[in-house]
Formats: sequence, structure tokens, C-alpha cells
Amino acid sequence: MDEINSKQYISVKLGNDVYGVEIKYIDSIIVMQRITRVPKAQPYFLGVINLRGEIIPVMSLRRKFDLEEDEFNSLTRILIIKPEPTAAPVGMIVDEVNDVIELNNEDVKMMDYDEKDNLAGYSIGIGKYGDELINILNVPGVIADKEKS
Amino acid sequence: MDVSQYLEIFIDETKEHLQSLNEHILILEKEPENENTIDEIFRAAHSLKGMAGTMGYKKMQRLTHDMENVLSEIRNGNMKATSELVDVLFRGLDALEDYLASIQTDGTEGDLDSEDIINSLNKILDIGLGKIQSDADENTSTPSSTDDSSKPDIKEYNDKEKFRYLKIEEHEKKAMAKAMSLDLNVIGLTIYIQEYCVLKGARAYMINRSLEEHGEIIKLHPSAQDLEDEKYDFDYSVYVITRETPEQLKSYAMSVSEVKEVVADYIKLDDDEIQRYLEAIKQDETTVSATKASGDSGDLKGKSNPTKKQPTKAVANRSVRVDIEKLDVLMNLVSELIIAKNSLVSSSSSLHEVLDVSYFDQIEYLERVTTNLHESVMKVRMVPIESVVNRFPRMIRDLSKSLNKPMELYMTGEETELDRTVIDEIGDPLMHLLRNAADHGLEDKEERKTTGKNPVGSIYLDAYQDGNNVIIEVRDDGKGIDLEKIKNKAVERGTITPEQAERMTDKDIIDILFMPSFSTSENVTDVSGRGVGLDVVKTKIEALGGDIIAKTKLGEGSNFIISLPLTLAIIQSLMVTISQEKYALPLGNIQTVENVRSKDIKNVNGKEVLNLRGNVIPIIRLNEILECDNIQEADEILVVIVKKGERYAGMVIDDLLGQQEIVIKSIGKYIDNHKIVSGATILGNGEVALILDVNSLI
Repeated sequence: MDEINSKQYISVKLGNDVYGVEIKYIDSIIVMQRITRVPKAQPYFLGVINLRGEIIPVMSLRRKFDLEEDEFNSLTRILIIKPEPTAAPVGMIVDEVNDVIELNNEDVKMMDYDEKDNLAGYSIGIGKYGDELINILNVPGVIADKEKS
Repeated sequence: MDVSQYLEIFIDETKEHLQSLNEHILILEKEPENENTIDEIFRAAHSLKGMAGTMGYKKMQRLTHDMENVLSEIRNGNMKATSELVDVLFRGLDALEDYLASIQTDGTEGDLDSEDIINSLNKILDIGLGKIQSDADENTSTPSSTDDSSKPDIKEYNDKEKFRYLKIEEHEKKAMAKAMSLDLNVIGLTIYIQEYCVLKGARAYMINRSLEEHGEIIKLHPSAQDLEDEKYDFDYSVYVITRETPEQLKSYAMSVSEVKEVVADYIKLDDDEIQRYLEAIKQDETTVSATKASGDSGDLKGKSNPTKKQPTKAVANRSVRVDIEKLDVLMNLVSELIIAKNSLVSSSSSLHEVLDVSYFDQIEYLERVTTNLHESVMKVRMVPIESVVNRFPRMIRDLSKSLNKPMELYMTGEETELDRTVIDEIGDPLMHLLRNAADHGLEDKEERKTTGKNPVGSIYLDAYQDGNNVIIEVRDDGKGIDLEKIKNKAVERGTITPEQAERMTDKDIIDILFMPSFSTSENVTDVSGRGVGLDVVKTKIEALGGDIIAKTKLGEGSNFIISLPLTLAIIQSLMVTISQEKYALPLGNIQTVENVRSKDIKNVNGKEVLNLRGNVIPIIRLNEILECDNIQEADEILVVIVKKGERYAGMVIDDLLGQQEIVIKSIGKYIDNHKIVSGATILGNGEVALILDVNSLI
């Protein structure tokens, strides 16, 4: 394995799409928890959870991406994400976690950035894994809430 | 010598000494004859010099040395503490602080030059002592006790004879002169103790006792207290009045075990001096200053009676320096323990049937212990606000000079304690407020005179504890804030519309002051202008979980009242439910909980209010603010009466769950909740409950 030419991703399902989250951002993956709603928060923040004594805000990627509302079931997972190694963690709810995949850098096509499209900023490229296409999630972009509604 | 391991201690202690110097020089300026103060200053300066010397900081050492020279002349009554001198001393302190800051950042003194301060010090010294400077030097600056010109044999001082370099106090000289006139010997000894000696304090005590069997000890260096506390290296010096010879004394001292070496010799005063001190003893009121130029020193001299006075050192400090990080770790562990305890309590409550009574006794006991543990850890972290406010008198003095407005700062409650983290942060906001008060609050002298006020302005800093909060008030008796002016300005700047301005209460207008848009503006009300925004102050205080309000009366002054939570990490709270969701309300804000009939809530101007025992209290529907589901209105509702400063509000809740000790956790910076929630806590069952920020809701 040549580390320089490839990166590992966690592939997750959100609706009909498959997204890849680079593994360096992932702190842990947990099953759905009881979420305490935080009033007046941004709509995509469902609330906070208690993870081993730590309070972690949890956001719904579905709401963020303007998809249908989440339906929590036994496959629903929360990805605990650290946008930077020292930053506070954030939880992201996904429908399903599939696998850890490895993509060669040449198989990932970086996207042309489109300023006008808010949603475009959430994905930094498209990866080709077998005959599947995977959206590579722009993790800091998703967390940093650039629309600032 | 590698001194780096002592650097931290050096910095800490230097800071303490500088602070003590600052305080005492301030006192000295007001009471130039206060002997205790002069002693205290001298001692601090002396220790500072010694420490700087040990650490190899030459510039600091030199500067303190010259300051010490001047101080020593004041102490001996040859000079007076003039305001000019105090200014120079303060400049010296500032320079020392600069050196210290530089040492703190890169370990060196930096290339700051204090030559001009040293020159001014020496100039003051020359002027103060006039022509007889050389004479005075012999009495004070040269450490040798003897006027040895007539006795060439003593000139070959041995380096070991450290006792020769001691500074002899006036009263000691008097005692010596008296002894000599009675044909007694005054003998100086320097005693060296074996370096492996374990109990050198006890050793010194034994030596001194055996010496005292043969004479009277009139001087010890270091002091007896220090010797006992083992605050000396391996040698100390002593002066004894005795009939015996140095050799005899030497043998007495050597007879104590673990003594390495003793050097001893006669201490002589020349005949003139003996004569002089004898006269001084005879007529206590006539002073030696007759031979000295400075006439003012008379009354000071008179006070230094030949009573033996050991410097009153504080009894050995029974404290330990602990890194704040270690305390934080301890605090976190206590937090975890409390969460664990809470979960034990909540899980056991459902097992009431099954479990033994003694089990619940134990649980109760555990609760008590954890609460006490928490309190103890909290107390360890508590620091008196003195450590922050003690630099303010100096600041006000400087401001008074630079603004050319006479003013006084009155402080009370310096002993009020606050959490260490708060203490570290509260200094700047307080300084802003004091500066504002001095600069913009107080009028100048002429204006004060014309309005019939005391020409000297007063600024008050009062701190006190109020329930779970600590209140700090910064008050001035200046001209107050002109609310009309603020209103007009706010309209002009578009901060508020004229219609809004019409409806605003005085309180609302004062709140404009704290708005960011008003911070660095040009003279709005003469309350800002230095780039010191009140909004910055407010932000800082809110970040600490506190709150600030302002009160003002035109022509009579303004008052800024800061309230801060006593503790940060763990608080007592009232757990409530609002449509099935659990929330914590900090107990510190809560006044009472009332059962109110719904029909008692009246609608006034579209706002719901409650008339409670004569007070009209606005009602806040928490379920609306928190966007909860609406619930069926009952005949009776529960209202929690909370207080913010002088204002009350009633918050409608659905149910009370009881009081609980909760650990505050941050909900992170990602969620923007408009300050409604100040944090979250983990309940016994692992659930998360949000802590409502009552201050922002009112």
C-alpha cells in the first residue's frame, strides 16, 4: 500500500447517495443515542448527546443537505468527527455506515468549486470505487456552516 | 550555578515583593514618618536585591541596590520621603517590573536601561544628605561597624568574619556604647555549621543558648525567627555583650556538635561614637542628628529607642504552591465523582423495595462526603480578589497625576474570594471600569468646586458576597451619565429609531452603553473614548458566567455592578421540567417558587405580569421561548421567581424535580443558541439536561 497515493475513507449512506468521510476526521462511530434538543439552535443541529461524560453536539446531515427527515432505526449511526485533531468533536447522523474503503488519489476527481451552490461546498470531490461513485465529504466545510442563516 | 530551576520561584517572589513595595510606598507617600512602612519597604527591597543577585540579574540588582541606599537613608532618618522621591521610586519599580516581564518571557533582563533612574536616585541621595554625605555613609552604607582608621590591625579582615559586614542599627550601637562604657566586651562571631547538619535550626538555637549563658546576644543575623525556621545557609553572625574574650566564646560555640568553624573578634566603636551614643542614651529626646545636616530627622530618631527590636517576620508560611493545572485535574475528577454519585442515587431510588435501609444511609453518607469534597476543592481554588485589586491604588495615583484630577480610591472587601479562573480574567474589566470612572466619570477640580462637591473625587471599589454570587461595584461620585445625550447619539448613529427612543426606559438607555456599536466611538457620553469599550467589559464578564449592570444619576455619579458566580464548574441548581424536557436553573438566581392561579396573571400592554405581594413581575413563558410544545393551561401554574440585579421575572415551568448539584459542561461552540443555554449537565441516568442562562432570559 502506498500511503501517499491513497487515502482511507469510511463510506456512509445517506438516502440514495454514498458519501466518503476521510478516516483522519473520524473519532468514533456510535449507535443512535438519546438526543437532548437545544432550543433556538441552528435547525440542522438536533441537539446534544452524552458520550462518556462529554457533551457533544449532533447535527443531521439530512437536514443539512436538504434531504427528507431522518428516520432513526437500528442502522442509524452517529459519526463522531473531529474537524481538527485538537478541536471539539461534533456528531453527524448518517443512515448507515458501510465499510472502510481505500481510494487511490487518481480515482478521486476534485470538484470545481461552485460559489453559488451552497450544497456544492459540502463535497470536495467524487471518488470512484469499483463502479460506485462516492461523494467525498468536505468535513470542515460541513461543520463550519458557511451559509450562516 | 544553574539557577533555572529557581526561576519560577524567583518570578513569583519578585512579584510579591514588587507588589508589597508598591503598596507600602503608597502608604509612605501619605505617612512619610511611618516607621513600620519604611522597614517593610526596606526589607522588601533588600530581599529583592538579594534574589536578583543570586539569580545573576545584574541590572535588577544594581537598581534595587541604589533604591535600597536611598531607603536606608530614610530609615535612618537622614532624609525624608518627598513626593519627588516617591515618584522616582515608582519609576524604579516600573523598571523592575519591566525587567521581570522580560525575564518571564525569555529569561534575560533585556537591554532596558535604568541609568537615568539610578542617577535620579543618587541625585536625591546627594541632595537629601547634603554635604555630610560621607559621614552618613559611614553610619549606614558601609556595613562595617567599626571606625577602624585608628586601629590598623583590624584592617586585615578575614572573609570569614562575616559579622563585620553586618549593618548595625542605631539602638544596637547605643547598647554597644553602653556596654563599652561599663567595660564589657562586644564580640562578633560568625558561626559555620557543618553542611550535613540536619536540624540546623535546632543547632543554632543550642549555640545561642550556650552563648547566652556567658553574655547577652544583642544582634543576630539572620533573625532568631529565621534561624529557627532554618532560613539561613550554613553560617550566621551574632553580636554578644560579655565579660569573656572572643577565644572563650569561640570555644563555647565550638563545644556544640556539628559546628564546623567559629570566627570571633572584638567589635569596637571609636571613642567619639561611644560618647555620642552615651549622650543619646542619657537624653532620649536629644538626637544624634545634631551632628547631621538633615534637621527633619529629629523626631524619627527619637522614636528609635534602644529597645531590642527583631524584625517582625511573618511566622513561617504554611502554604504550598500548586500548579493550577493540577487543581483543574482534581476538579475534573471531583466532577466525575459527582456525576457517578448522582447516577448511583438515581438508580437506587427505583430499588427502594429491594434494598436494605443501611444501603441508603451509605448513599446519603456518600452524598455528604462528595459535597464536602467539592467544597474543599473549590476553596482551594479560591483566591481573595486582593491579588487583583491591590494594583489599583497605584493605578489611580498615577491617573490622578496624569489627568491632573485629585482623586481617592476607596476599596472594601478585598478579602472576598473568587475562583482562580475568574480572578485571572476579572482584572482587565475592573481596570477598564476604574479608568472610565477616573477619566470620564469624575469632573475636574474646578468643575467639582462649582457644583459644591469635594474637590477630591472619590472612586469606590466594593466587593462582597451575595448568596451564590460575588458582587463587585465600581462607583464614582462624578457627574454621572447623561442619558439624553446617549439617546440622541444612538438615534443619530442609527442604533435605535426615534420611535424606539421614545419608548425606552432609563434602563434600556443605559443598556445601549454596553452595545458593541458604542464601544470605540468618539465621546458619546464621555464614558468611552479610550478604546475601552464597555461592551468588551460586558462580554468578558458574561464569558465568566457573570453579569454587569449600570446605574447612574446625573450629577451624582455612576455605579457599575458586576455579579459573578462563586464557582464555575459545579453549581446547585433547581431541576425543572418544561413540557417533558428537563432543564436546570442555577439556584443562585432563584428567589422563590410560587404557586400562582392562572387568572392572577394579568395582561398589561401586551405583556403578561404577575402582582406578587405588591411587586409587579413580568412573566416569561419558558415553553414559548424554548419552542416547546404548548401544553394545556392548568388552573394553577408554577412560577419560579428569578432575580437579576434589581429586576425580577417569573418563569413559568411545568414541574419541579428538586434541587441538585450539577456539573456544568460546555455545549461547545458549534451550536449557536442565542445565549439561552449556558451549558449542559449530565444527569444521574446519563441523560443530558440543559442549563438555562437566566440572565439572558430576563
